[in-house]
Amino acid sequence: MSATGIGAAVRRKEDQRFITGKGQYTDDINRPGQAYAYFLRSPHAHATIKKIDAKAALAMPGVIAVLTGDDLAADKIGGLICGWMIHSKDGSPMKAGPHPALAQGKVRYVGDHVAVVVAESLAQAKDAAEAVKVDYAELKAVVDPAAAQKNGAPQVHDVSSDNTVYQWHLGDKAATDAAFKQAKHVTRLDLVNNRLIPNAIEPRAAIGEYDPGTDAYTLYTTSQNPHVARLVLSAFVGIAPEHKLRVIAPDVGGGFGSKIFIYAEETVCTWAAKKVGRPVKWTAERSESFLADAHGRDHVTRAELALDDRGRILGLRVKTIANLGAYLSTFASSVPTYLYAPLLSGQYDIPAIYCEVDGVYTNTAPVDAYRGAGRPEATFVVERLVEVAAREMGLDPAALRKRNYIKKFPHQTPVIMNYDIGNYHASLDKALELADYQNFAKRKRESARRGRLRGIGFSSYIEACGIAPSQAVGSLGAGVGLWESAEVRVNPTGSVEILTGSHSHGQGHETTFAQLVSDRLGIPIEHVTVIHGDTDKVQFGMGTYGSRSGAVGMAAIAKAIDKVIAKGKKVAAHVLEASEGDIEFKDGKFTVAGTDKALGFGDVALQAYIAHKFSGQDLEPGLKEGAFYDPTNFTFPAGMHICEVEVDPQTGVTTIERWTAVDDFGTVINPMIVEGQVHGGVAQGIGQALLEGARYDENGQLVTASFMDYCMPRAGDLPSFTVGMTTTPCPSNPLGIKGCGEAGAIAAPAAVINAITDAVGHEDVAMPATPQVVWRACQKAAQRMAAE
Amino acid sequence: MATVSMTVNGKHVSADVEPRTLLVQFLREHLRLTGTHVGCDTSQCGACVVHLDGRAVKSCTTLALTCDGAEVVTIEGLAKDGRLHPMQEAFRDNHGLQCGFCTPGMIMSAIDIVRRKGHDLDEHTIREELEGNICRCTGYHNIVRAVAAGAQAMKGGEPLKKAAE
Ligand code: FES
Ligand code: FES
Repeated sequence: MSATGIGAAVRRKEDQRFITGKGQYTDDINRPGQAYAYFLRSPHAHATIKKIDAKAALAMPGVIAVLTGDDLAADKIGGLICGWMIHSKDGSPMKAGPHPALAQGKVRYVGDHVAVVVAESLAQAKDAAEAVKVDYAELKAVVDPAAAQKNGAPQVHDVSSDNTVYQWHLGDKAATDAAFKQAKHVTRLDLVNNRLIPNAIEPRAAIGEYDPGTDAYTLYTTSQNPHVARLVLSAFVGIAPEHKLRVIAPDVGGGFGSKIFIYAEETVCTWAAKKVGRPVKWTAERSESFLADAHGRDHVTRAELALDDRGRILGLRVKTIANLGAYLSTFASSVPTYLYAPLLSGQYDIPAIYCEVDGVYTNTAPVDAYRGAGRPEATFVVERLVEVAAREMGLDPAALRKRNYIKKFPHQTPVIMNYDIGNYHASLDKALELADYQNFAKRKRESARRGRLRGIGFSSYIEACGIAPSQAVGSLGAGVGLWESAEVRVNPTGSVEILTGSHSHGQGHETTFAQLVSDRLGIPIEHVTVIHGDTDKVQFGMGTYGSRSGAVGMAAIAKAIDKVIAKGKKVAAHVLEASEGDIEFKDGKFTVAGTDKALGFGDVALQAYIAHKFSGQDLEPGLKEGAFYDPTNFTFPAGMHICEVEVDPQTGVTTIERWTAVDDFGTVINPMIVEGQVHGGVAQGIGQALLEGARYDENGQLVTASFMDYCMPRAGDLPSFTVGMTTTPCPSNPLGIKGCGEAGAIAAPAAVINAITDAVGHEDVAMPATPQVVWRACQKAAQRMAAE
Repeated sequence: MATVSMTVNGKHVSADVEPRTLLVQFLREHLRLTGTHVGCDTSQCGACVVHLDGRAVKSCTTLALTCDGAEVVTIEGLAKDGRLHPMQEAFRDNHGLQCGFCTPGMIMSAIDIVRRKGHDLDEHTIREELEGNICRCTGYHNIVRAVAAGAQAMKGGEPLKKAAE
């Protein structure tokens, strides 16, 4: 392994600008003559808009325009779309209501976009927004999805009388029912997967710009996938033809899913730029992020596990109600369906699975993918069930897992997925060792002496990443293919630019992608630049989410590099006067096999461009290759996380004493970055389990709308993490990569709750397990003990 | 409008601002020093931390006018003659950043922690002291390591003296 090649903990190339304050985030960009947008948002969860009177606002100083949904309609600007078609059990298509970028006649959640004020300064826009008079007729709101499905509930969209978007299912109902008939033990749980607010620390922002000279638009935006944004804004929303719209996603300060989606604000800023003839800039205030960034999770689930008398799992039955919010966000429909139920087999050989999911509209912010997207929800269901089953049957939870782990690969689950490889025993054994499981009982006794309850919780998670084979997702309803593109541009001096359709917003692609190139081409890592996030530079790409940039994005780069090497061999053959078949490439050198004739990579690059040694008929000059890589399968990162907690029964305060993560991500390009991804994911998972929860009151007001009310994990809430790895290189990926970005967030919640329930001896611990929740569980456990 | 003058990263600056202008707006919008970030509107996240007369403050809750005559150092002013401050170096070395958005505030806070608590910082102290800085990416693990390492590297260093003056 070279110091900068695959597997090396190379320090990040991008850090220089970030640690010196030279990053270029969207809000750091200012365009000449820019005006400022401020969105007037609905204070009501549900209301019809009778009238909007902007006269007074328009007369205020600095105000350039006040635009509403009527103006959008007059310009024939279409609504925002949901790009994944889900069909209900009965075959009917999902019921998607209209989603205008500015409300048209009705508002459906607090924070919904009513109008935009454009002014010379932000302060003026804000002041004027207060002067816009909106005449609302308030309607009753519904925030609970089960209540929304009841007769007589307020109706969010006309298309769905019972607010149900779809009633979907997956798996074999008859086989699953039969499995439950045979069962000797059935474990049943009612689970709530709490609603989360993503809260990337950089708020969303957008600058729209229009150039009348070329009739072309530019949008600077905080996006994880600028090409998808451009496609949607041109093909569906209809702001501009694709070749007349440039989308630039510069440095982006974290995404976690929330910056995948195409939102109202960037749509409006782009459109408004032409209307007002000025660049239009908008940056979210944190309160706006809370209200109107797509939220995550929000499932209510009844889950049942059927086992035989020895603890072999026979079947799994799941019924979930998923809150989709007031509108279907870009990928909302896929998250509680195809990103969820296909993972319900976990790491286990389960003969029969049946899952039903109702997707439901409510008067709350749209819900879409958030780190893990569907897979954390699935892991929570499976790992809570398995843990509780072990406790109910008096079996060691590690032993019960081992008994049911899949041992032979490939393994076809009853819910679509074909796991290509894994070694679940290896991760479990390593995790038990790193967690010092054998001395847990001793530590528990020691805690008890201090009046504390110590518990341990496991989570054997699996995820489907490397999203995704285009044909496969197409057959499941996706509106796009999920390949990735890359271009490798070799300059005459031998330095290299990589253009990728992936987008980095913290993942360190500028380093890891360069490591791959340095490794493959044998050139110093300093000679490689990675370019991403600009639709004028990179032709097309699908962006970064679903832990796909290593597995899919880098595979595309590898493919393009292979083409560069093949072309380089042709050039070298001419220069070295040898036959192409005799040219070998290794360690940055083209050599003639069996001789000492050699040319460095840089020499070949130069020869390719000066083109003196071959005729244009024989070979095209230049050295630049592109590739599209479409995966052949999902990848299946998996592992074992073990959480050890101590609970103070007097106060209900939980502290995480130890965290052990053992993950199998396949090939690792940069272990430092991969471990960082695990840390961040686990922190978000612990946040979900212990601290975070979005709450609406019954009128649809978000009561957790600031960092003072929504508890983000702080440094003092978290432990240091022990991170280990086991490796089974992924056979369905040319680089052996599986992906690592979401693992922690997927694994962690179940591990935390399993640990707390173990500590307190009571299974009813809801997330977030605040001191109050845990204290109540302690009380119930004590009452039960007293009664027994 | 009112006139405000201060020293920012060693340079004297003066401008007419609206009285409601926050220090962070003054830095970002008037001086185009965009390394100082805004991550919230409730003074919780710490993305905006700068040094005001040697002490860490949240520039999102400081009025520019109250800084008249003060000395302000932002993330852009830490490196001297092309040499990074040891705390900046420590963040890179320990992978204490991912998206980089919280990073300027983290580094400015970290230097202030060293000023107040000394160079030998244990994990517990660092975690408690970072209460006012939120990071969504790193899970803090590597930030804690970076702060500890940076504090050590600052021992006897010229940059610390500067901050403490
Ligand atoms: S922007 Fe100052 S604390 Fe968040
Ligand atoms: S590195 Fe992204 S918020 Fe801290």
